[in-house]
Parts: sequence; C-alpha cells; structure tokens
Amino acid sequence: MDALVNKRIKQVLKGDQNAFSDIVSLYQHKLYQICYRMLANKQEAEDIAQEAFVRAYINLHTFDQKRKFSTWLYRIATNLCIDRIRKKKPDYYLDAEVAGTDGLNMYSQVASSEQLPEETVQQMELQDRIQYEISRLPDKYRSVIVLKYIEELSLQEISEILDMPLGTVKTRIHRGREALRKQLNNL
Amino acid sequence: MSTCPQYIVDYMHEYLDGDISREHEQQLKKHLQMCSDCRQHMHELSDTVAFVKSAAHITAPPHFEDKVMKRLPKGKNRVGIQKWFRRHPIIVAAAVFFLFMSATMLSNYSSDEFSVTTQPNLIVDGQTVIVPEGEVVKGDVVVKNGDLVIEGEVDGDVIVINGEYMASTSVVTGQIEEIDQVFEWLWYETKAMANDFMDLFKE
Repeated sequence: MDALVNKRIKQVLKGDQNAFSDIVSLYQHKLYQICYRMLANKQEAEDIAQEAFVRAYINLHTFDQKRKFSTWLYRIATNLCIDRIRKKKPDYYLDAEVAGTDGLNMYSQVASSEQLPEETVQQMELQDRIQYEISRLPDKYRSVIVLKYIEELSLQEISEILDMPLGTVKTRIHRGREALRKQLNNL
Repeated sequence: MSTCPQYIVDYMHEYLDGDISREHEQQLKKHLQMCSDCRQHMHELSDTVAFVKSAAHITAPPHFEDKVMKRLPKGKNRVGIQKWFRRHPIIVAAAVFFLFMSATMLSNYSSDEFSVTTQPNLIVDGQTVIVPEGEVVKGDVVVKNGDLVIEGEVDGDVIVINGEYMASTSVVTGQIEEIDQVFEWLWYETKAMANDFMDLFKE
C-alpha cells in the first residue's frame, strides 16, 4: 500500500490533482474516525477531516517520502482537532492543572456541561456510551486513547503523530486509562 | 490497596501496554494473587480497555471524497490539458496544421519589402514597376509593396500587393488582382493553392 501511496504522491507533485483522490479514498474512513472520536460531532468531524486532506495536499511537497504517510496525515488531523477543541472551550482558564491530580484540570472536575444524569447514561446504547465516555476525557488523554485503542496504532507511531516523547505518550495512556476507569466506576 | 506500592499500578499499565519485563510481570502476578483490591483494579482497567476497544468502526459520510476534491485549490491542471490533448487528437492535429499553414502564408506575405517578378523587359523605377510601351511581358507579373504601371502588354496575370495598379490602354491577357490586406492575401494564397490542386487533377 505504501508503494501505491508514494506513486500517487509523486503524481500529485507533478501536478496531477486527480491522483490525490486515491489517497483520500484510502484514508478517508480512518481520518474521519479520528476526528469524530476526538470532536464527538459529525459536522465538525467532517469539516476537520476535509480540512486535514486539503492541508496535506497543499503541503505535500514537505512530506518526506521515506516516512510513513499515514503518520504524517494523522498528525495534521490531530493537530487540527486539538486546535478546534481549544477554541470551543468556553472557559479556557479552567485548563489550569489542579495540584496533585496527575494532570487533571478544573475542567474535568467541574463536570463538563456535557455530563448527563446517571439514569440517562445507563440507558444509552453501548456505542453511544463509548463515544460519550471518550468525549468526557480531557483532550490530552483523549487523543492518545483514540489513537491507541480506536485506531490501534503502536506507541511509537503515536509518539510521532503527537510529536512527543515515547515516555510522555505512555504516561498519558496510563492516566487516560485511569481516568476512563474512574468514569466507568462512578456509575 | 492504599498500602500497596505505586509501582504495582505502574506494572499494570506496563502489562496493558504489552511492554512489561519478565521480572515485573512475575512481581505483579505474585502481588495480584494476594491482594484483592489490586486484582479488582486490574480487572477494571482490563474492562476499560475492552470497553473502548468495542467501539464500532466509523466510516466517513457519503461523497466525502468528492467534497475534499472540490475543496482543493485549483490551478495545477497542466496534466488536465495533456489529457484533453490525448482525448482529441484530430482537433489537435487540425490546430497544428492550421498554425503552420498560416505561418508559412504570412511569411510569404512578408513585411514591407519591395519585390517584383523578374522578367527582363520590366523597368523598375524606385518602387514603381513599369511595363514599357510596345513591349510584351510574358508570364505573370507580381508586385509587392510597390506600384505597377502598364503601358505595354502583359501575357499573363497581374497581381499587385499593397500597392496601386495603373493602366491606360494596356492589354492584360490574364486576371488583374489588387491585394491590400493580410487576410485578403491569405485568402488569395488559399485560392491559389486550391487552383493548383484542381490543376493537378485536370492534368
């Protein structure tokens, strides 16, 4: 698949815009899935996923073809998602980390406005419930959990996508798992 | 569990990441066997992982690809033109042919140099060509960018391009044509070529 992708990339770089449609076709579902899991909103996920492809097209000449294309593409998408999440937050000062909570911030403690009553949550269909619990995670845990368990990427790949050391990725996954565990236990 | 060392929880996560060392794994197993709280914690973590992993695969909405392609910046369509060329070879061939045709015809028309067909008994006076009285010029007379005065006889056609034709009591056996415009010249060339063509068949 990588050979095919690299061939298409070369065609696009030579000016054949249509060759890009094969690249979109190959990665559209994975990319949309990341965006949807991160943003928990279909409209926004579609918009951001499209934007990610457009940016990839515009900046294709900067892509190093010795590397994995999907890693580069996912990186563009996750960065766009994180930007979008930050812009959405109404009270950004709630971001400040609370001392002694392992990176949990006020936002996660104030019980986000999205939090639903217990009975409603328990009546949810499994898939809705999963999405709901993921969306309640603080975004720095959400991105690693989505990449690790939904996209099933290796820790090494996640560290490249998020441009952070492997150790940080591990720490975030550990804390993400703990945060999810607590969310699920509280019910 | 509050009394259990923190490293046990770290080992749990190492285990879940799949990169736990053999020593750590043995320590973890030993601890879990005797500590029910930690066992519970481990179960919950495994359940959490299973819960997230059971998320259904989500696919992009319909027409996603088309929408992306429409959002791409335009301008790099050199290949598009090449494709069009490949799809319409006859139009391309005709266009190329026409281009060369008009190029050669226009070069025949040349700029504004004075020129005249070479017949021995023609008199050239500056930019005026004279067919003297009493003389008979054999063949066609073509004058470019000059005037032609006929006082004698011409046994053939007379063509004056970008100039004036003056005759008093002259005798011209062929046709007389005055051409002033580029397009007329092109038209004349085309006609001439068609005539030559017809002649070929007549012969």
